[in-house]
Amino acid sequence: MSLLSLTDVHSYYGHIHALKGVSLTVEQGEIVTLIGSNGAGKSTTLRTISGMMRPRQGQIQFAGREISRMEPHAVVLDGLGHVPEGRGIFPKLTVRENLEMGAFTVNDPVAVRERMDYGFELFPRLKERLGQYGGTLSGGEQQMLAIARGLMMNPSLLMLDEPSMGLAPVLVELIFDIVKILNDKGTTILLVEQNALMALSVAHRGYVLQNGEIVVSDTAANLRSNESVQKAYLGMS
Amino acid sequence: MKHFLSAINVRELLRPLGQLLLFSLGSAVVLSAIVLTLALVLDQTTVGQHLHGRYNVSLYTYTLVNLPQVVIDGLTIGFVYAAIALGYTMVYGVLEFINFAHSEIFAVGAFVGVEILIALDNTGILRGASLGMAYAYLIFAIVMGMAAAGALAVTVERIAYRPLRGAPRLVPLISAIGVSFLLQDVIRLVEGLTTGQFNRIMPTFGNFDQRLNLGRFALGEANIALGISVKSIIVITSAVLMLVGLNYLVNATRIGKAIRAVAQDRPTASLMGINVNRIISLTFLVGGLLGGAAGVLYALKFTRIDAFVGFFPGLKAFTAAVLGGIGNLTGALLGGIVLGMLETFAGSYLGVFTMGAAGSEYKDIFAFSILIIVLIFRPQGLMGENVGQKA
Repeated sequence: MSLLSLTDVHSYYGHIHALKGVSLTVEQGEIVTLIGSNGAGKSTTLRTISGMMRPRQGQIQFAGREISRMEPHAVVLDGLGHVPEGRGIFPKLTVRENLEMGAFTVNDPVAVRERMDYGFELFPRLKERLGQYGGTLSGGEQQMLAIARGLMMNPSLLMLDEPSMGLAPVLVELIFDIVKILNDKGTTILLVEQNALMALSVAHRGYVLQNGEIVVSDTAANLRSNESVQKAYLGMS
Repeated sequence: MKHFLSAINVRELLRPLGQLLLFSLGSAVVLSAIVLTLALVLDQTTVGQHLHGRYNVSLYTYTLVNLPQVVIDGLTIGFVYAAIALGYTMVYGVLEFINFAHSEIFAVGAFVGVEILIALDNTGILRGASLGMAYAYLIFAIVMGMAAAGALAVTVERIAYRPLRGAPRLVPLISAIGVSFLLQDVIRLVEGLTTGQFNRIMPTFGNFDQRLNLGRFALGEANIALGISVKSIIVITSAVLMLVGLNYLVNATRIGKAIRAVAQDRPTASLMGINVNRIISLTFLVGGLLGGAAGVLYALKFTRIDAFVGFFPGLKAFTAAVLGGIGNLTGALLGGIVLGMLETFAGSYLGVFTMGAAGSEYKDIFAFSILIIVLIFRPQGLMGENVGQKA
């Protein structure tokens, strides 16, 4: 059974029909990417999965449980991590406090300690900034913090929303390397990206979202060679 | 036990004490300097001659002699304002919404405390109570006032604010004003039905009305008596305990961190597994507890309460919160103390400085002038940051 599956999910912003029957699956151990242009509904899909938006119709199953009617704080308990668009760093909490917030649901202080150390191993820069307010970090550091914080609850599925947004190319490389490392260690990843080229280079499979509908779904390799995808999202002609 | 002690963050216990001391001393020194300078200047004018003619004392001496008492009274009311202001500022910090019903939460706390003491007094056990028992009854009344106010605050949020979350900002604000009026009339109705009285008087018991003499000292021609009533000591001590406790809760505990996270970014906080609604309820609960305790303390200090008792203290505490920077806990302490001091100084000296033309009844002008001046020149408050309107 799939770790995550969406079946015919419809979401609305007021009267705007943002997701028009999205169905997708993520299998244990995969990196799946969701690509598409601005406003296609990529972030909306993640927000609907994690309970920040309630779908008006459709089913969302995660780890064998129906989660489409659950509050986000309850969805998290099942092991679904969501690093939101714009990183969602608490600006007036220190880096350490931000990380501790990521482990809010974790009661074992030893596990918290270990995961924090793991975060520093992935992003040594964070350790130097431990006592600094989250709001004073650079964009790249904030993205590192957001990912490290997302790992604090040891999610079985980590959803990353535009982790490369606004970052210098060298940092984008770093973030995608980390995504691969995390996946090798067993974390399943659902990656939303505008940078389709990068996303398809690390992902196993991908979905192309257009106007709230999935228009193509294939392996990453096939998508990279798909002519219409190349034209629309990879900047080739 | 050792582990337990090491888990206590001593710095977060001492820091607010230092702040309170600094704010109290600072405002006392600044305001004393201002009135003493004014007294010196006015001494040679008709104002000084007028006073000298009537009481055979120079204006400067008169001012100096009264200073210690004014400072103590100012601190007492200032700490009460600070405790109420924290309720406004915590809710604002988390929801960016001004809970105008907070003044009635305070009033309900005062009524519950006073009614319990009146009931105890009617059975006769208050009069015969030993000193220890008198304090136990007072603490009981304060705790019950807190519990009632806390429960009411949570209920009001649940019924009148939560359904309106996500509505335009004006909507919950109007709802809060409606709740405020509603609660005022409910208090009036209940008091009318049960006691038939409009005013309720705090019973006299224990040693709360005694004055402790801290000694006398001679200063030039004046002989200054330093004294403080037991009431004032109780009010100041309880308020300081609450303020330190709140600071500890917010800055040094896991729940406090969650409160701050929700205040800074509600959607992301929920992604951390924080139950946002529970944190918001908790914020109202804590604000209500503080407000309720402040209500009973206020009744202890000023004795007489009626259904509208919350209005002015509430409005002034709101002013204090704005003065300090709404949403900022330290700012609420500073604002409360400064406002209480300023108002007491004005109330005490306005009369003599104007030869009786404007007496202490004009002291409220100072409080609300501050509100207007702050809103015009420094809308973010003394300690607030200029955040502007959130997009």
